[in-house]
Amino acid sequence: MRYNERELLSLARQPAEKAAEIRMSVPKKGSVLKKRLVKLVVNFLFYFRTDEAEPIGALLLEHCRITKEEENVFSISFIEEPERKYCFECATEEQCQEWVEALKRASYEFLRRSLIFYRNEIQKMTGKVRVALQALLGAAGFGWQQLPAL
Amino acid sequence: MKLNERSVAHYATCDSPADHAGFLRKRVERHHHHAHHHGASYQRRWFVLKGNLLFYFEERESREPVGLVVLEGCTVELCEASEEFAFAIRFDDAGARAYVLVADGQAAMEAWVKALSRASFDYMRLVVKELEKQLEEACKSLAACRKSPQRSSCSGRKRHLSNPALLPLQEKPTTLENGYSTWGSGGCVAGGATCTDHDTGQTKPPPLPPRRRLAACSTTGSPVPGLSLAMLESPVPPETVCFSKLHNWYGQEIAVLRREWQERQKRGHP
Repeated sequence: MRYNERELLSLARQPAEKAAEIRMSVPKKGSVLKKRLVKLVVNFLFYFRTDEAEPIGALLLEHCRITKEEENVFSISFIEEPERKYCFECATEEQCQEWVEALKRASYEFLRRSLIFYRNEIQKMTGKVRVALQALLGAAGFGWQQLPAL
Repeated sequence: MKLNERSVAHYATCDSPADHAGFLRKRVERHHHHAHHHGASYQRRWFVLKGNLLFYFEERESREPVGLVVLEGCTVELCEASEEFAFAIRFDDAGARAYVLVADGQAAMEAWVKALSRASFDYMRLVVKELEKQLEEACKSLAACRKSPQRSSCSGRKRHLSNPALLPLQEKPTTLENGYSTWGSGGCVAGGATCTDHDTGQTKPPPLPPRRRLAACSTTGSPVPGLSLAMLESPVPPETVCFSKLHNWYGQEIAVLRREWQERQKRGHP
């Protein structure tokens, strides 16, 4: 599958939502944890060798599962292959929790659901505003027929 | 640079809703620097837009995408190619190539340009932040309008203002993964729709507030200042994603209602 690697590399150089040196392993046989610079930009997680400017790899964070593993460790796996895990060993448990939270929010699908949620809430809220006003105005002695039909 | 291509390809072809889809002709790019595009050739491909990712397939039924364009930091513009209904996706990078695409007609071209212009993660994030603010303001308005401590939505709602899109992730990590839930209704959106509104099923959207038939006159018989039927005529349809429209409509509505209420207060009880 072709993709615009140049733009992806450019994206990897953008200011990150989150970046840290974390020990990481890839789901390959015999893979060990290695220190990497891990950088979250929009819905991509880039990982670099700590002294290199260009990332070794990128993970698109859609349809993935972020799992808190043992202490200081979390993993990323993808829907269609849940056993293949990218593991990340953080320096502290706190750092681990922060990354788990950040990564769970780092998908376009998450933003889409948030949009639907807020829009629905505003709709409900707006409906409620009018009901509350009607009740108030009714209580203040205005007859219903005097209110503009809402 | 490695990319988790298998997962990306899976995301492209799975049931999750597409923001836009359709056939486009894609200009074949030649590899020399000063390529003259006289007699450029085009390939017809099936394009699927999901979020900030534009996939293209050889055929509509193809199992795997041929390619992907990541749409961050790009501009979409109509272009004066020799082809009608052509537009280009361009990136900031000086040497970067442009993707020249040709639609079937005016309407299709406009729909694509609109969908692609709004496709970045950054833009979506901005929209969501704006809506979050709108909700806060609506909540405050509601609180301000209430004189007596009524058992009502606002304070009770504070709890629920935390995005429930997050809650399932925390409560049921095994069933609802990052950005993924089983799409029962499934199916990609074909052609026309620029926005799909697939609810995950946790909150059903409430019925639209009743259409307003605002009387032009107030109870005293003089026209209510500053109001016009047109302004409050039709509610924004639920599919409107354009937050500036939402912002305007809801903002106006709350302001108008507040004004009405305040006027009545001033006039006193009849």
